[in-house]
Amino acid sequence: MRIAVASGKGGTGKTTVATALAIVLSERYRVTLLDCDVEEPNAHLFLRPEIDHREPVSKLLPVIDEAMCTHCGACAEACQFHALAVLRDHVLRYDALCHGCGRCALVCPVGAIHEQPHELGTVETGTARGFPFGHGRLNVGEAMATPLVHALQAALPETEITILDAPPGTGCPTIATMRCADVALLVTEPTPFGLHDLKAAAGVAEVLNLPAKVVLNRDGIGDDAVERYCDEHPLSIVMRIPFDRQVAALYADGIPPVDALPDLRLAFRDLGRQLVEEGAG
Amino acid sequence: MKLGVLSGKGGTGKTSLAAAAARCLPNVTLVDCDVDAANLHLLFDVDVNSRGTFSGSQEAVRDEALCVSCGRCREVCRFHAVNEQFVIDPYLCEGCGACVTACHADAITLRSRATGDWYTGHSACGPLAGAELLPGEEASGKLVTVVKQKGDELAEASGSTHVVLDGAPGIGCPVIASLNDVEALILVTEPTVSGLHDLERILGVARHFRIRSYLVLNKADLSPPLAEGIASFAAREGLLLLGEIPYDPLVPRLMVRGASPVDDATSPAGLAMRGIFERLATEEGL
Repeated sequence: MRIAVASGKGGTGKTTVATALAIVLSERYRVTLLDCDVEEPNAHLFLRPEIDHREPVSKLLPVIDEAMCTHCGACAEACQFHALAVLRDHVLRYDALCHGCGRCALVCPVGAIHEQPHELGTVETGTARGFPFGHGRLNVGEAMATPLVHALQAALPETEITILDAPPGTGCPTIATMRCADVALLVTEPTPFGLHDLKAAAGVAEVLNLPAKVVLNRDGIGDDAVERYCDEHPLSIVMRIPFDRQVAALYADGIPPVDALPDLRLAFRDLGRQLVEEGAG
Repeated sequence: MKLGVLSGKGGTGKTSLAAAAARCLPNVTLVDCDVDAANLHLLFDVDVNSRGTFSGSQEAVRDEALCVSCGRCREVCRFHAVNEQFVIDPYLCEGCGACVTACHADAITLRSRATGDWYTGHSACGPLAGAELLPGEEASGKLVTVVKQKGDELAEASGSTHVVLDGAPGIGCPVIASLNDVEALILVTEPTVSGLHDLERILGVARHFRIRSYLVLNKADLSPPLAEGIASFAAREGLLLLGEIPYDPLVPRLMVRGASPVDDATSPAGLAMRGIFERLATEEGL
């Protein structure tokens, strides 16, 4: 069973929820945690895994053999990402725009294009608290996060339960994370921002045909508009975490709040049990 | 000047600070570049005067009647978008067209698809441009480029002196798309282990693109030791700390009422934000 922890809005508590679930579920099941926020991975700061394997992830960039190139312009015309510009005697390549699709090499009539790998980042795997852990790290200055998310999802063998900590937003890397899940846990907060971005995240779950449930974090800081929306939609709120400076302070120091707060740990055990039972049913 | 507000980590207060910039600096056009989770417009009533749909991406569409099931499309697709039955998954398809080139039966064509909607308008905080990605759509970087263009046109037409961009979290495609012509960045972080980790990475991006950066520490009193750690990191890196904003439970309460902390004399966060923009104005000679 694969559980994606997502949110739309950043900073709502995805990593707190994903790591807490992995910790409590690993008491009874074989669990893997994959931190799919490859732009800003944070789960390792709380779980402190021992990384034992590192694998670079690349995209293929075209290399143009200027001696063979006739500057016919077919490659630039075929490229949908405007990553190539053909001048009278020279071809310009914009690396950041290239998706590494290989179409330019396919269309070149004289075979002047070959491809060579360009590193986007690294997938790292290891063990945290006895369970398998993986995350990706996009290199600074690189734009394409999705290939790392795909590589990460294929990096470890499947266990009974996989927790996927999704990146914020609703763009490509979030979709790549959520599309292979069985259920989405949407973490939000009771503010206008939280509500707006919950709607966006629920919209993604809907187009992906993914059942979605809501965790309401920092309950009590704002208003009841999120609850009213969940009532009407309907989306079930499966957990409420009241706002508590103690939780915030533990998070600040990199301590999973469930390690220090027994009541919170019990609440996460209940949530874990409910998700597993519903997943099995 | 063109000022960007970024953070790496989400939820550190980028949007609230960008909105405060429009209150504290003269003649600002605001541009919401977080098209994945566009929130700036929620802070005020926006009188929208122009809107449109942007079709920034394409998808491959297969004509089953023409398909001879040769499998060439599946072979060339690097994004695993073509399954064993040669059905193309629109959420995996990047619209590159490699399959169109590979198909010998002319069974595949590229079709453009709507990426999101943009708007420009006016609010109590001045001119505002923003965009919103449609659910499940990709190409957020291209939509960011469009909304920035709309923002520039709006700023020009409104006679704005400054453009303030509210950026997306992360360090990838939508963030990089928002950096073009930005003269200075405010990096907002919070005193948490994630806040520090993500600040190091977003600062790396700012340096990679050679954009001068300032630091703001939000919810500074949440963990005094980490706040000190971040302040000394900033000092080591030569990153000027413009100011610290204390944790202030009034902020979400004001937001719910549609009010800004900088207009509330009793809000410690609002007071701190005013100080931050005074300092920025001095540093930048605004």
